[in-house]
Amino acid sequence: MSRDPKKKPLTVDQKRYSELVNELVPKPLYLRNAIMAFVFGGVVCIIGQFFTDLYKISFKLSSTEAGNPAVATMIFLGALLTGLGLFDKIARYGGAGLSVPVTGFANSVVASALEFKREGLVFGVGSKMFMLAGSVITFGVVTAFVIGLIYAIFIL
Amino acid sequence: MATKLGKQTYKPDNPPYIISTGTVAGPFEGQGPVGKYFDHVYTDTLAGERSFENAEKEMMTNACFTCLNKVNITPQEVDFFLAGDLLNQTITSGFSALELAVPYLGIYGACSTSALGLAISTMLVDGDYARLVLAATSSHNSSAERQFRFPTEYGAHRKPTTQWTVTGAGAALVAKEGTGPRITYFTIGKVTDMGIKDANNLGAAMAPAAAATMVQHFADTGNGPEYYDLIVTGDLGKFGHELAIKTCITRGGFDLTKNYSDCGIMIYDLEKQDVHAGASGCASSALVTYGYLYRQMLAGKLKKLLLVATGALHSQCSVQQGSNIPTIAHAVSIEVE
Amino acid sequence: MEWQTYMMAFLVGGAICVVAQLILDFTNFTPGHVLSAFVVAGGILGGLGLYDKLVQIAGAGATMPISSFGNALVKGAMAEAERNGVIGVLTGMFELTSTGITAAIIFGFLTALVFNPEG
Repeated sequence: MSRDPKKKPLTVDQKRYSELVNELVPKPLYLRNAIMAFVFGGVVCIIGQFFTDLYKISFKLSSTEAGNPAVATMIFLGALLTGLGLFDKIARYGGAGLSVPVTGFANSVVASALEFKREGLVFGVGSKMFMLAGSVITFGVVTAFVIGLIYAIFIL
Repeated sequence: MATKLGKQTYKPDNPPYIISTGTVAGPFEGQGPVGKYFDHVYTDTLAGERSFENAEKEMMTNACFTCLNKVNITPQEVDFFLAGDLLNQTITSGFSALELAVPYLGIYGACSTSALGLAISTMLVDGDYARLVLAATSSHNSSAERQFRFPTEYGAHRKPTTQWTVTGAGAALVAKEGTGPRITYFTIGKVTDMGIKDANNLGAAMAPAAAATMVQHFADTGNGPEYYDLIVTGDLGKFGHELAIKTCITRGGFDLTKNYSDCGIMIYDLEKQDVHAGASGCASSALVTYGYLYRQMLAGKLKKLLLVATGALHSQCSVQQGSNIPTIAHAVSIEVE
Repeated sequence: MEWQTYMMAFLVGGAICVVAQLILDFTNFTPGHVLSAFVVAGGILGGLGLYDKLVQIAGAGATMPISSFGNALVKGAMAEAERNGVIGVLTGMFELTSTGITAAIIFGFLTALVFNPEG
């Protein structure tokens, strides 16, 4: 992504070329990708709902309580598919349908851990595990901290 | 010694010979349309090694020894080993040089390394610094992906402009005397920046560099594109190829539509192999040129070839910091009498 | 276990994924950017009490997407803040999300031990 500190304006040549590129380079298949993301994402959530209901009935949990083991199960499935080398192949079709649900979170953790296995357990698996997922946790925690603080100070 | 033509092109007085080549490729490349022209195709991308980085080293070393063995030359007879690859500190080349034990000059031109190696070999041989120079380059899909993009098992969605890094290595032996195709001209390119930042659209970033070097080559030598039986760029892919054609027309009025192709298109079957826009990586131009095209030249089916290897000189860090992608292209003219 | 629950999970879950896909296709943002933005959005909706309403309607359609991670972080922080004030924001942060993070670390570690990257 472009976050140029000193934004240099494009020269005339560069501008003309980028217009040519935009004209020639194909756009992604928006509709197909959107439909695939919808179907895959929906199916992943149905599977999640199935596990939520399963834990609700078999362990007599409330809907909220049953959500936690269901999330863990989906993370397990995402991790397993990544380990078997299938996740990236399915995600080629499913796109965001697989990366937005927690399965995608699991995939980003496992893919990084797996990829850096050969750098050893400490420098590889241990420290590289959150290479991609780290930003999700960071921004989630920062958001939650700010909102929690506002809530604790101004609303309570 | 050489004659300088125009601004960037050189014509060696005694054009050196490419007396042998060695090519090894991964299984996926072996399945491609030119797969049968490679000397060795590995059955798995690990090449029996512990890691992908080691596999790449094994591939480059194998390509070098294959190249030497074909003409019964031992590493001791070789004066210089010129090699470069995509990994940080060109580590693959360093390790291969260790195995070969030949005086080593590390070079980096990203995916333009094949032509860069041939050009410097020509300087060394024609300038009487060497009799035999071995030039090699390699790339590996898995080691490059994780250095430049994401872990290989990460389910990132690919855009249509994404290119697939070639797994393989190629080596060429350049000699003062012998038989084989000769290097008759070379044009050293300038670094170009046309404002492209997207590392998933390298073809578009590199096409202007390719066009600039080609236009300069035609202007310097006075030979138009029609002089050559075939002009190939290294790894522009489907869209970069079209962009290069358009840019050549607007910059110099040269018509490339008749005899111009791209190694990144030739190496894979774009219909059947899911590689989106085509191939990228140092091995793209090396495998196609040293494997397929070299054999065509030996068989007399191809007489005059212009290889324009293209390289994107970015790092993952420079892209993340929002810098444009600097690109380069070097041209080498290879001819048989 | 009625079929309506499943239909809503499918529709809402699918819709959230479509939004992400459209952002990915129309802009140059990477999945990392989009997922981070979704977590922030989930957190804000959670703070406003809207995300829970979505969960009631869509069930797993709202709890499975990564935005629920932001929601859970915020809810944990807020619930503990009610009991312990400002300190509670720190102590309660991971109360509800520890399952997800722990599961990811444990399964990630085990998978890395068992499998090798295919390349």
